[in-house]
This record gives sequence, structure tokens and C-alpha cells, in this order.
Amino acid sequence: MHLSRTARIALRIGAGLGFAVIYVPLLLVLVNSLNPDRSASWPPPGLTGHWWSVAVHDSGARAAVWVSVKAGLGATAVALVLGTLFAFAVARHRFFGRDTVSFIVVLPIALPGIVTGIALNSAFSTVLRPLGVGLGLFTVIVGHATFCIVVVFNNVVARLRRTAASYEEAAMDLGASTFRAFADVTFPLVRSALLAGALLAFALSFDEIVVTTFTAGPGIETLPIWIFTNMTRPQQAPVVNVVAAVLVLLSVVPIYVAQRLSADTATSSRV
Amino acid sequence: MTTDVTTAAGRGTVRRLAGSLHRRPRLRLALLLTAPLLWLTVLYLGSLAVLFVSAFWTTDSFTSQVVKVWSTDNFHELLTTPVFRQVVLRSVGVALAVTVLCALIAFPVAFYTARVARPRWRPLLVVAILTPLWASYLVKVYAWRLILSEGGLADWALAPFGLSGPGFGLAATVLTLTYLWLPYMILPIHTALEQLPDNLLDASADLGARAGRTFRSVVLPMVLPSVAAGSVFTFSLSLGDYITVQIVGGKTQLVGNLVYSNIELNLPMAAALGLVPVLVIVLYLLAIRRTGALNSL
Repeated sequence: MHLSRTARIALRIGAGLGFAVIYVPLLLVLVNSLNPDRSASWPPPGLTGHWWSVAVHDSGARAAVWVSVKAGLGATAVALVLGTLFAFAVARHRFFGRDTVSFIVVLPIALPGIVTGIALNSAFSTVLRPLGVGLGLFTVIVGHATFCIVVVFNNVVARLRRTAASYEEAAMDLGASTFRAFADVTFPLVRSALLAGALLAFALSFDEIVVTTFTAGPGIETLPIWIFTNMTRPQQAPVVNVVAAVLVLLSVVPIYVAQRLSADTATSSRV
Repeated sequence: MTTDVTTAAGRGTVRRLAGSLHRRPRLRLALLLTAPLLWLTVLYLGSLAVLFVSAFWTTDSFTSQVVKVWSTDNFHELLTTPVFRQVVLRSVGVALAVTVLCALIAFPVAFYTARVARPRWRPLLVVAILTPLWASYLVKVYAWRLILSEGGLADWALAPFGLSGPGFGLAATVLTLTYLWLPYMILPIHTALEQLPDNLLDASADLGARAGRTFRSVVLPMVLPSVAAGSVFTFSLSLGDYITVQIVGGKTQLVGNLVYSNIELNLPMAAALGLVPVLVIVLYLLAIRRTGALNSL
């Protein structure tokens, strides 16, 4: 399409504005973490690294990071197992209701988090409470795993669809058992998809707040919950600013890893 | 084969197991499916089903105890109470406004990244669109809280024009939600524009169409399914949100907030209210499916 010079310039400006809208808020978070003042008024009266050293020693934030890491690792582990099993079933077998199954797996992230959250909450309290098990880290992991399954499933199923089953058959023709063929042929083929799926699942869990609100027991505070409760406390604002800045900086990591793993996983959406 | 059997009995068992698995594809399938299916159907769908059944129960107004008697009172109340109707309409309106805003902002950005920018730069630009998706949801909302707070960046930038920022409220909610879900709209449009065959555009030009006409008659119809695909995210993610509203919405209430505020005292009503966004999203998906957009998700 031959665009006129004016149209090209207009598009450049439009895109430039678009990218500015995307990045200005993130940059603001970074600058604001150096703001010596407790208020968010702009421009900041100066710059200081003081709050960074305060935040590093903030016990609440550190504990919350730790809880989030544990929840993320637990949910990722469960999602990896269940998502991979599901992906192999869907990609390598034909069975009645296969399309329905791939629809069910998407539901936990397609429906509003609050619906999933209160559904799990009331189920946990009716089923677990009589058994003497209250809400805790365990229930957070169960809740997170439920919506993390889909990202592992999507990555692995996409990879399996692109790798022909004939590799495994060839291995078995050469005398490898089912397990041997899996370990030597199938697993190396899906390994990077598993890694990408795990990364997505962990990121999803680490960032989640709504389902967490309804599945976390008393005293279980993940990082998003900590941010949410401290956001409105002026006293805590500087530490929240630093935590927010760290999270913005960390968002580069998964992009980098995903790019290295494979081109198609980076563009597969993280919802 | 003989060494397997004679040297290690354990290995022999594994081999026999592998053999029997290999001969029984149904058993293999059952082993693969059981755990994930149980998790998703019993745990997840089961909880959802119970929740939606409980929407037909009521709450004793004195004790706040759930009364498990079948009634459609909640839905009757939902349809007849003006506040509820207002909030539902407002939520749908916000979701639609966010979707339209996202499409309007996403189009020039995607057009630039897919067709105007130098090909060498395009992968980098895609990464630039993707990166904010990985920044924490809460941090992005927090960024807008900072921008829109009193004396914040918005006030400062608008002060020379004698204006001030919108403050916290409905406009702030729409702005923040637009910001949050914008990449979900840019990406599908970018992909569609990138895959647009050059010869179609050439053909249009050969037939005498100028850029504007080509855009309306060739580009737009081919990109519209992707806009619809992106809108699934922008619409449904906005409709269910209540955290953003709590942070930048001031006194604004959307349907998510109503659900949230009813959980403690009236769970059946919360369940009935929770059904509203689910139904709207399902209807939206069905409408979108007619455009064939879901296949390009």
C-alpha cells in the first residue's frame, strides 16, 4: 500500500504516542521509587536511593515475596504435571469430547477471577473445613494451579502438534520401550515448551491477586496482596514504590527467556 | 532382550509394563486423562456448579445464614432493583468503552509496527509491545494511581492548559483498564496486518483505489476478525475487574465490586451477581464466534 508522506508521518506520530502511553507509566514507577517524598506529586523534589535500602530490609515485603515464590513454585509444579498429561492426551489420542476438554481447560482464566475465587472459596470451606483443614498456602496453590494448567497445556500441545508422532514410532521400531522412547525422543522435543509453560505459569501465579484473595488463609500474604493492602497507607508508600519498581525491572526477564526458548512461545499470550 | 530379563528383574518389570501400556492405547489415554480431568471437573467445574446452584438459595436477613431453599428471588431482585440494573449497564458500558479505546489506540500502533517500520526493527517492536504484559497487573494500576493522584503527573501535565487530571472515578477506571489490556488488542491486529498479502494491496491500487479506499475496502475487512479476537480479552477482562475500580475508581461501582461486597453477608446474591458477567461474556463469545474471530485466537 503506497501511503502518502503525510500518512506515514501521522502513523509514526500515532505509534510514537502509543508507545509513550505504554511506557510512561512504567518509567514513572521507576522514577518514583527514587522520590524522597512520601507523596506522589510530580515532579519529585529530588532523587534518593534511601528507600531502596529501607525496602530491602522491610520484613513484610520480604515475607510476602517468599510466600509468592512458594505459591508460584507449587502451582507451577502441579500445572506442569496436569497440563503435560492433558496435552499428551489431546495431541496423541482421539477420544469422545476432545474439543470440550480443550475448552474446559481455558475456562479458569476466561471467567472473571472473582467468580473462580468465590467458587473455590465456598468449595474449600464446605469440603475442607469439616476435615479440619483451613485455608492456607495449600489452598492458594490449588487455586493458582487451576488457572495455570492452561498455559502449560497450550505450550506443550502446540509443540506436540508440530512434532510428528513418527519419531516415537521410529524409536520403538528400533527396540525402545514406551518409557525409553519418551525419555530419549519425546522429552527432549518438548523440553523447551515445558520450560516456557513453566515460566508463564510461574509469572501468572506470581502476579495473581483475585483468586488469591479468596483462597489464602489468615496470615498468608502473597506479594500482590501485600502491595494491595499497603498501597493506600501513606507510611508504606516509599517501600511500595520500590517493590513496584523491582517488579517492573523483573518483567524483562521472562521476555528475554521466552525469546531465547523459542520464537512462538513469546507471542503466545500469557492470559 | 535376554540380558534385560536375566540381569535385572526390575528392568524386566518396567519393560513388561511398557509393553502392556503400548498394547493398550485406551489404558494409556485413561492414565493421561484421569488426573487433569478430575482436577478440572470435580474441583473446578464442581465448585462453579455449586456456586451457581447457590444463586438460587437465599439468605436469612437476621442471621446471614444461607437458606437452602430453591427460589428465584435473587434474580428477581437483580432485575428489578434499579441500582443493580444501573451497575450492570455501567459495567457493560465500561467494558465496551475500553474495547473501543483499545482498538482506536492499537490500530495506528499495529499499523506502524507491521507495515511502516523497517523490517529489521519489527521483532524488537513486538517485544516492546509484549514486555508491559509481564509487568505486574497491580503495579500498572498503581502507576495510574500515581499519575492520577492529586498533584500527580496528569495534573502537572495539564496545568499549563489550565486543566487538571480527571482524578479518581469512572474516567480513571476506563483509562486504567484501557492501559492494562491494550497489548492484547495490539498483538492480534499486528499479526493480521503483517500477514496481509502485498499483492492484494497492489491489486487494489492497480484498480485505481487510493490509500484511503484500499484501507476501507481491503485492509479493514481483513483485520476486523483480529480486532474481534482482541476485543474478547479487552471486553471480558474489563467486565470482571474489581481491583482496578477499588484502586482508581473512587466511589465507582462495577458488577465485580457488587459481587465482592455481597460475599460476606449474602453469598447467594453474590453468586447471582457473579452469573451476570459470566452470561454477558458467554453471549459476547457467541456473537464473536459468528465472525470467525475465535479461530484466529
